[in-house]
Amino acid sequence: MSRIRALFARKNPAFIGFTVAGDPGIEASFRAAAAMVDAGVDLLEIALPYSDPVADGPVIERAHVRALRAGTTPDDAFALVRRVREYAPLLPIVLFTYYNIIYHRGTDRFFADAAAAGADGVLVVDLPAEESGEVAPSALRHGIDRIALIAPTTSAERQHAILRGASGFVYLISLEGVTGERDRLPPNLAGLVGTVREKTDLPIAVGFGVSRPEHVAAVVEAGANGVIVGSALVRAIEEHVGDEAGMQDALRTAVRSLRGGLVPRSRT
Amino acid sequence: MIAGRYGRYGGQYVPETLMSALIELEETYARVSADPEFARRLSWYLHEYAGRETPLTYCGNLSRDLGCRVYLKREDLLHGGAHKLNNTLGQALMAKFMGKRRLIAETGAGQHGVATAIAGAALGLPVEVYMGEVDTRRQALNVFRMELLGARVVPVASGTRTLKDAINAAMRDWVANLRETHYLLGSCVGPHPFPRIVRDFQSVIGEEARRQILEREGRLPDTVVACVGGGSNAIGIFYPFVNDDVALVGVEAGGEGLESGRHGASLSAGSIGVFQGALSYLLQDGDGQALETHSVAAGLDHPSVGPEHAMLKDSGRVRYEAVTDAEALHAFRHLSRTEGIIPALESAHAVAYALRAADDLDRDGILVINLSGRGDKDVADVASLHGGAA
Repeated sequence: MSRIRALFARKNPAFIGFTVAGDPGIEASFRAAAAMVDAGVDLLEIALPYSDPVADGPVIERAHVRALRAGTTPDDAFALVRRVREYAPLLPIVLFTYYNIIYHRGTDRFFADAAAAGADGVLVVDLPAEESGEVAPSALRHGIDRIALIAPTTSAERQHAILRGASGFVYLISLEGVTGERDRLPPNLAGLVGTVREKTDLPIAVGFGVSRPEHVAAVVEAGANGVIVGSALVRAIEEHVGDEAGMQDALRTAVRSLRGGLVPRSRT
Repeated sequence: MIAGRYGRYGGQYVPETLMSALIELEETYARVSADPEFARRLSWYLHEYAGRETPLTYCGNLSRDLGCRVYLKREDLLHGGAHKLNNTLGQALMAKFMGKRRLIAETGAGQHGVATAIAGAALGLPVEVYMGEVDTRRQALNVFRMELLGARVVPVASGTRTLKDAINAAMRDWVANLRETHYLLGSCVGPHPFPRIVRDFQSVIGEEARRQILEREGRLPDTVVACVGGGSNAIGIFYPFVNDDVALVGVEAGGEGLESGRHGASLSAGSIGVFQGALSYLLQDGDGQALETHSVAAGLDHPSVGPEHAMLKDSGRVRYEAVTDAEALHAFRHLSRTEGIIPALESAHAVAYALRAADDLDRDGILVINLSGRGDKDVADVASLHGGAA
């Protein structure tokens, strides 16, 4: 069984954390990831830094900039994945990337490198179903799950088309917009999760805008199998650049606090 | 060719959050393209409001200089001072037909922002324009014009603080507000269907030029030259000539020279990559990160180019050349003095190529240069580059 399937079989709902490889520096980035794992992240999304992250809000965009300024390359990101894999052998790791990084490296080489580093899944944020034929065979060949993105604006027909090629879990975007913290989540979240649930047996994880324990609780309440937190954790890094111990403390505190909203469904 | 592709180029490389808006746009464009009422209203705006058709001016002095018959297609005389208005009027009218209540745009040199502000004011749609902080400083006059026209200018302080970051900011706004907002993209770049829509709205330039030169000379030109940043004025004048026996030359920003690494010549010196929604030529590093670009002309300062140009380069149908900042500045002054026409620095690149290539041109040859915009916006910038001396 893949590490992603094994996770959702044993932990439901799961807490998914996000970090940008090389933010704020290559070595500090590993310590940040380790701190998140220590504090109870069940699955880690590791983004490859990219010069033009158009799907991301300002907090995560700044993390991409910090990582690139620190000189982080895709090779460095794969090396980080390898270290996290050694640190946490059972932890599922999903690479989060913009397509040009894959295209430029060569699609098959990218997926081979991802598999060799120990990644379990890849989410290509700017590759909709129409264009994903370009990566599907390589992902399959190297045993990498292709995480699908569904937005609130995705039509029912498109949901079917997207889910046909998906594996691992479904990344359901909670709101219309880019990544980033919000005051509240949209009220129709349960309905949104429900319509996707009818079409797939894959676990459904909700992200974008989730930044407080009560948001985490609301996502679980809406019936999701996982909750994804990005900007709130990236902000903990940003606020402690140059203070590694403080950064790790802040990350551990943030993960523990957010996990507090994670009430197992059987008890709701 | 499949929809949305130019050969291998183009496509829709965008987050899933944008797909519904692109699908809606494609459907609307198909609908309005077949709607006589849309055509009638657009035609009214282009002719009665914007001032089409623009002249095709025979330049006697420049012709003597270059040793061939030189014509300028005068998009500088279009309302607003550049070709940009052809596209913004078309898309703003389309936004009205879609029931959108707000326009957003991004701008480098400011010309597209001004043109969007004009179209928004004319059609009663509020406009917000994203502009890199660096560009707001070097194009302060255009910022003032946009504000005068009722648009809100949003300075973008992320990344390199130039056009590409303004595009990223506009895309983010669109993702968050796509139900009521139309993103009025200003060049033939971005995801399908934008490159096609912009090309179609700009093709009026080439259709007029083709008819005008046939009326004046009784034959087609030998060569048509246009500057290429994103490439909208170039594709607009080239497209109606693509099936003719006419040499087409696109002129990119060579900046401080291609070997310096400080330029904006994605077709001459880039490689294939995905950027801001489309597969095309891109200035990128060894890991696929977009590179910083440089041009004396803010409107050409962009790391990628429209996908149709990428196809036209590969097929050899269009030749792409680069001229340097210095050559463009020389052409800026030269055209001003020989013909009394101050070109936009962008357009000065096309003029500079003509000056450089004069020796290769036939004495009876006919050369058409697309003068995509006027240079008023650049006068202060050029003056400061030369310590105030013209």
